[in-house]
Amino acid sequence: MPATSGFRAWLADHKWPLGYVAIIVCLFLLYQAILPNLIDEVSTPVTAWLPVATINECLMWAIMALGLNVVVGYAGLLDLGYVAFWALGGYTAGWLMAAPFNWTWDFQLFAPVAESYPGTHITFWLVILIAGCLCALLGVAIGAPTLRLRGDYLALVTLGFGEVITQFFRNSNDIDGYNVANGDAGIPIIDPIGLGPFGLIAGVPESLTNSGSDNIYKILVLGALLGLCLFVSLRIRGGRLGRAWLAIREDQLAATTMGVPLVRSKLLAYAVGAFFGGIGGVANAAGITGAVSPSGFDFGKSVLVLLMVVLGGMGNVWGVTIGAFLLAWLNSNGLRQIGVTIGAASGKNLEAALPRYNFLILGLLLVFMMLFRREGLLPEKRTKALLTTPSRIEMESVGAHIAEAEAKNRAIAESNPNVDAEIAGSAGAVSPDLEPPAAAESTNALKDPDQ
Amino acid sequence: MSQPVTDASRAGVHEASENVLYADHITIRFGGLVAVSDVSFGIPPKSIVSLIGPNGAGKTTFFNVLTGLYQASVGTVYLGGRDLTGLKPDRRAALGMARTFQNIRLFNLMTVEENIMVAMHAHLRSGVFSTVLRLPRQRREERAAADAARELLHYVGIEKRQGELARNLSYGDQRRLEVARALALRPKVLLLDEPTAGMNPRESAEFKEFVHRVRDEKRLSALLIEHDMSVIMTISERITVMDHGHVIAEGAPEEIRNNQTVIEAYLGKAGRGARRTSQS
Repeated sequence: MPATSGFRAWLADHKWPLGYVAIIVCLFLLYQAILPNLIDEVSTPVTAWLPVATINECLMWAIMALGLNVVVGYAGLLDLGYVAFWALGGYTAGWLMAAPFNWTWDFQLFAPVAESYPGTHITFWLVILIAGCLCALLGVAIGAPTLRLRGDYLALVTLGFGEVITQFFRNSNDIDGYNVANGDAGIPIIDPIGLGPFGLIAGVPESLTNSGSDNIYKILVLGALLGLCLFVSLRIRGGRLGRAWLAIREDQLAATTMGVPLVRSKLLAYAVGAFFGGIGGVANAAGITGAVSPSGFDFGKSVLVLLMVVLGGMGNVWGVTIGAFLLAWLNSNGLRQIGVTIGAASGKNLEAALPRYNFLILGLLLVFMMLFRREGLLPEKRTKALLTTPSRIEMESVGAHIAEAEAKNRAIAESNPNVDAEIAGSAGAVSPDLEPPAAAESTNALKDPDQ
Repeated sequence: MSQPVTDASRAGVHEASENVLYADHITIRFGGLVAVSDVSFGIPPKSIVSLIGPNGAGKTTFFNVLTGLYQASVGTVYLGGRDLTGLKPDRRAALGMARTFQNIRLFNLMTVEENIMVAMHAHLRSGVFSTVLRLPRQRREERAAADAARELLHYVGIEKRQGELARNLSYGDQRRLEVARALALRPKVLLLDEPTAGMNPRESAEFKEFVHRVRDEKRLSALLIEHDMSVIMTISERITVMDHGHVIAEGAPEEIRNNQTVIEAYLGKAGRGARRTSQS
């Protein structure tokens, strides 16, 4: 049946996206409907190992990782200052969804706060867009001066920019006399995520409080945002721009001689990556922490996001998502739980110790990853090919060496048969697959009729 | 070459409109080194011309100036009468200048089809939004591009390899893919940098035929850098010989074959050349 097979093919083509949606919905249903009705022996360990707050954090980190994946994985531009976009996204939320500086005016736009509440209060959904666009602009601004740089130099400059942005916010209580973002204190009490018309559906709250990040509905909201980022990543990857990025990653010089504009394509990569970063920043500020301060945007965060991309499998959005989930889970709750479990077995209290060593443990994880699975957990097909099999030309050039060695054998054997064995041995050294005795025989066989 | 300097610019404009590609008095300096010195060079429409010379003569450097990878220290490059000064390589490619590389430079980890479609970048229009939303116009454009890519692969005879990664192709197929990728730009001029390097005599002969076919069917001009004299002498309508950055001879293959300066540039002075031949 063509119709069925068409549907089957569609299913097979979309098994990852469908699987993702299924997982998010199942997680939501599990925590919303099933767990509360189960006995404590089942529900306690589940909530201990995977609390709702951790799921939300994982989703937020995955958005960040996907953004960095556009820059690092797709376009091959190593960016060590990605936290800058996260910070700007967070502060955009701080400026537009709170009352940061004892503002007395009252501006509201579909915001889930009381009418007399002072400050600027714009709905989360609009702020996401604004923050995304602001970050895209910052991405272009940071990207433009680095266009001529590659590799290590690019990494260093982006690292510098990341620190500059954080320092800017740290000193932001007195920028030429103006208080821009409250400096070290940061901006507390950011508006919750409003659900607007969805609040009319029975059982769905009108807004998701940010006093705790363990709101079950946030799984759906952040899951949808991550889904959007996945969708955009995949679509762009399959189109004209995605091909251009990959070409630049592969061979910048060949790409530009084939009509790919380097400046434009690279800046677009920075802009798209930063846009995701802005979304992640707002999601973090409004959905997870409920406040922003410079201490949350240190260099370690940039490294952690990069780790997620590398560990998951650069370039493959699903791999990156899995990598982000894994590391975010370890970082937020996993290590503590493992500490508790080991502690219970050994009698030592590791609950606080293990999370304190998180970078040591994550670093070790990375080292082992590089030793045993360099391509990442779920790599792109092409990266895997690069790291596991030699290219055809490489193999053929080895073959050429063998042919050369054989030709030399023959030439020398004609002048002095005694060196046969020696040369056959050296030919064997070129390729272990070539058995020396057989090679020697074949040279002799070639030579004999002549004599 | 020996025109008075005062006439040079005027002559340049005239030559530029006569030729598909015209390089007007190009000089390239790297610090104190003059890699290419005052070279003028034109490619007439629908012609096949060659650039030869000993190693280090400045041929590839000259190529890189034509394609915009280097900027000429002095001189102007015209494509179809248009001054290319200051244009980046990608703009020049979009205007119809395609090249292959001496040591193949494919996008190794992209599929054969993707390699071709990258080169169509300049001819495609869809931006970020139409790609993300997959608007009908973008879908049509992508489908047309994929069809054109398949056609090109068929044209060079590797349509069966379409879905493979470029790195997994054999050497000969990689050369073919590189030419197909260059053709995807719909070029006016095709610059081939040592295209028959590493080919056996039969493959070289096939390649010669292929270049003729491309020239006739795609209605373009071809410029070759080559070392294989048997290829050069039979394929070229005109040959330019460079040595130490200067043009030392220019003319039909027959003239070049018997040109004393060229023979000396390649083999050294007559006496040394003769001794070497007698030894072997």
